Amino acid sequence: MIAELGHYALVLALALGLIQAIAPIVGARAGDAALMRLANSTALMQFAFVAFSFAALTICYVNSDFSVANVFENSHSRMPLIYKITSVWGNHEGSMLLWVLILALFGALVAAFGSNLPATLKAYVLAVQSWIASAFYLFILLTSNPFLRLDQAPSEGRDLNPILQDPGLAIHPPLLYVGYVGFSLAFSFAIAALIEGRIDAAWARWVRPWTLAAWMFLTIGIAMGSYWAYYTLGWGGFWFWDPVENASFMPWLAGTALLHSAVVMEKRNALKIWTILLAILTFSLSLIGTFLVRSGVLTSVHAFATDPTRGVFILAILILFIGGGLTLFAWRAPMLKQGGIFAPISREGALVFNNLFLTTACLTVFVGTLYPLALEALTGDKISVGAPFFNLTFGPLFVALLFVVPFGPLLAWKRGDILGVAQRLMAAFAIGIVAVAATFAVENGQSVLAPFGVGLAFYVMAGSLIDLVERTGLFRLPLATVRMRAAGLPRSTWGTAVAHFGVAVSMLGIICAATWGSERIIALKPTQTVSISGYELSFDGIARRPGPNYESLIARFTVRHGAEVIGVMEPSKRTFSSRSMTTNEAALMTIGAGQLYLSLGDPNDDGALAIRLYYKPMVMLIWLGAVVMMLGGALSLSDRRLRVGAPKPAARSAMQAAE
Amino acid sequence: MHRLAAAALLFVLGTTAPSLAVQPDEMLKDPALEARARSLSSELRCLVCQNQSIDDSEAPLARDLRLLVRERLTQGDNDTQVLDYLVSRYGQFVLLRPRLEWQTILLWGLPPAALMAGIIGLLVTARRRSRLAVDATPLSRDEQQRLSTLVHRD
Repeated sequence: MIAELGHYALVLALALGLIQAIAPIVGARAGDAALMRLANSTALMQFAFVAFSFAALTICYVNSDFSVANVFENSHSRMPLIYKITSVWGNHEGSMLLWVLILALFGALVAAFGSNLPATLKAYVLAVQSWIASAFYLFILLTSNPFLRLDQAPSEGRDLNPILQDPGLAIHPPLLYVGYVGFSLAFSFAIAALIEGRIDAAWARWVRPWTLAAWMFLTIGIAMGSYWAYYTLGWGGFWFWDPVENASFMPWLAGTALLHSAVVMEKRNALKIWTILLAILTFSLSLIGTFLVRSGVLTSVHAFATDPTRGVFILAILILFIGGGLTLFAWRAPMLKQGGIFAPISREGALVFNNLFLTTACLTVFVGTLYPLALEALTGDKISVGAPFFNLTFGPLFVALLFVVPFGPLLAWKRGDILGVAQRLMAAFAIGIVAVAATFAVENGQSVLAPFGVGLAFYVMAGSLIDLVERTGLFRLPLATVRMRAAGLPRSTWGTAVAHFGVAVSMLGIICAATWGSERIIALKPTQTVSISGYELSFDGIARRPGPNYESLIARFTVRHGAEVIGVMEPSKRTFSSRSMTTNEAALMTIGAGQLYLSLGDPNDDGALAIRLYYKPMVMLIWLGAVVMMLGGALSLSDRRLRVGAPKPAARSAMQAAE
Repeated sequence: MHRLAAAALLFVLGTTAPSLAVQPDEMLKDPALEARARSLSSELRCLVCQNQSIDDSEAPLARDLRLLVRERLTQGDNDTQVLDYLVSRYGQFVLLRPRLEWQTILLWGLPPAALMAGIIGLLVTARRRSRLAVDATPLSRDEQQRLSTLVHRD
């Protein structure tokens, strides 16, 4: 019964969605306030119904109701409760339901907290939001219904893919989806502005908090996914340039560009058309990401051709929204007035540079990800584009971008003094050069380029903080004054500095782990030892332990640093009988910011066990940097002028902050 | 979700017990040769996997290719010869970094072309704007007078 109710609630949400897709526009055209207000109620009700539908599916999973085909295929009665719940989105149908749940949530948030939006703008935004929602409700109901029943209920389910039974995966997709779908609001605002043919600095102030929130979730979602892959896949890689990863990385790059161009629009009323285009592109890339991951087109163009219903449906959604959005843009954008002239060397100029490099980087990832598909579809030739290609093309772009990062916040609006800024950055240059020299002195010629990367990272870190140091008067003024000045600085200034600092922290982690990591691949018998980077591991023995729905084979290693025992590592292999699959559970030991990483291979005939052991220096900085970036976003979001629903005086303080 | 498809593929192929990518018994005695083998391996695609290099892949075919690379290296091939040999056997598909050929011109060319186009476009816009600012016709004498009367009115 509960599955049918969930199904029914989704149909009702579709009906509400269709009403909301049309009524507010009619209202806005006719100046009918009641029709426009209708969208508020429908948006809230839509969210209620989708939430009910999602809850219904979750209940089916928790109760292990195997008469529901989706539950049968992805769950097992002996699975721990947490994985029963995460199985809801561990499959295609359920993950799409999660997608529309978040979409409806954002629509409801605009309805509930957008009271300071102009009535017509709000009506258009909610209508566009509902076009997207309706398209996806239809997609779920027609091609991916999670509520379908089986004729005869099997007694046991097929189990969730063991690789997905992991706490990291429990939270990774929802975070990622909040990011993806959050950009839908930027899209809806952009389309609404194009329909209205009017856009001003206030528009940017409404769009920025939503974009910023989406960006924060996407940042942490990507970082979580990367960490999950790192410890799950058993060979210590943290980024693979896999199409599925690229699918989430492209919206991040475009969204980062959007955040920066929206600043220019808000403060200087310039780059309007470009910002609108970026808003459309960012959500388009989110849609493409969904399409790439969900249609099966990545595995093979032929798989897509043999079972095309879903893929063709999503392709139609893509063409409708991306094509429609860009067509509307081409038609209406010329009507938008450009404002705010600025010299090439200025804060605006630096942000344009940021946008140029971020969008080019995004294009590089886009071309690299889709080129093999396009080439195969057009000529039948098969090529591969993998990590070596992306490292070679993406790397230089990002290095150039990072070099300019500290300049941006120090340059003045309209016309900046680049020599003056360079002088103010002297300390950062010096720190960078010292870092290069120190790294060269410490490493033993393993890499020529990496020390410069380390120098760049330190330069960006120092450069990000210089603005704060100067404005608070640190090292110059008495501490009490510094504290008062620090509290008085706009939170967005703190946010910028912290986020830029975080980028450099991640970069430092990537360079160190990739360059100076060490690796041992060896077959060991019990009581034998292996050493790596000054640590010695002795193999104590093997034990078997039953888990809730698997059997695990655990190897125990004692770790010593010098003579001192610093811990025990227990890598294991889990065998899931339900799917007759084995997963590798690597053992990790965090030492400072570095990690020892140990994973198991197969036992040899002579009783020895193959192991793979890594020492990855500074590897934790990669994800720590992402957390710092997110913190920067949160600080910026808490800035008074961006607070959602902030009262009118916010506009005045924003003008003061703009200097 | 990350390796979902890859995992599904493994499942379909019936590889039930994933083991390590590079096995101890595959490795060459000569550390310099082994280092070359590893760096070559990370440039080569495991043909049955989804976007994994043979250095990372657990599939049996990847192991065969790793052994093949090491066999060629011990026979004295240089890196280019090894790659050429694999391309002749398996086609361009085996290379994770495609070579610059007519069919990959857009792949390699599009990003730098876009960057150049962006820079040129920005320079042109900046120049046009600054010229516009300079060309702005100065006030006529009549307008000057009206302005000064407005300014000095009170």
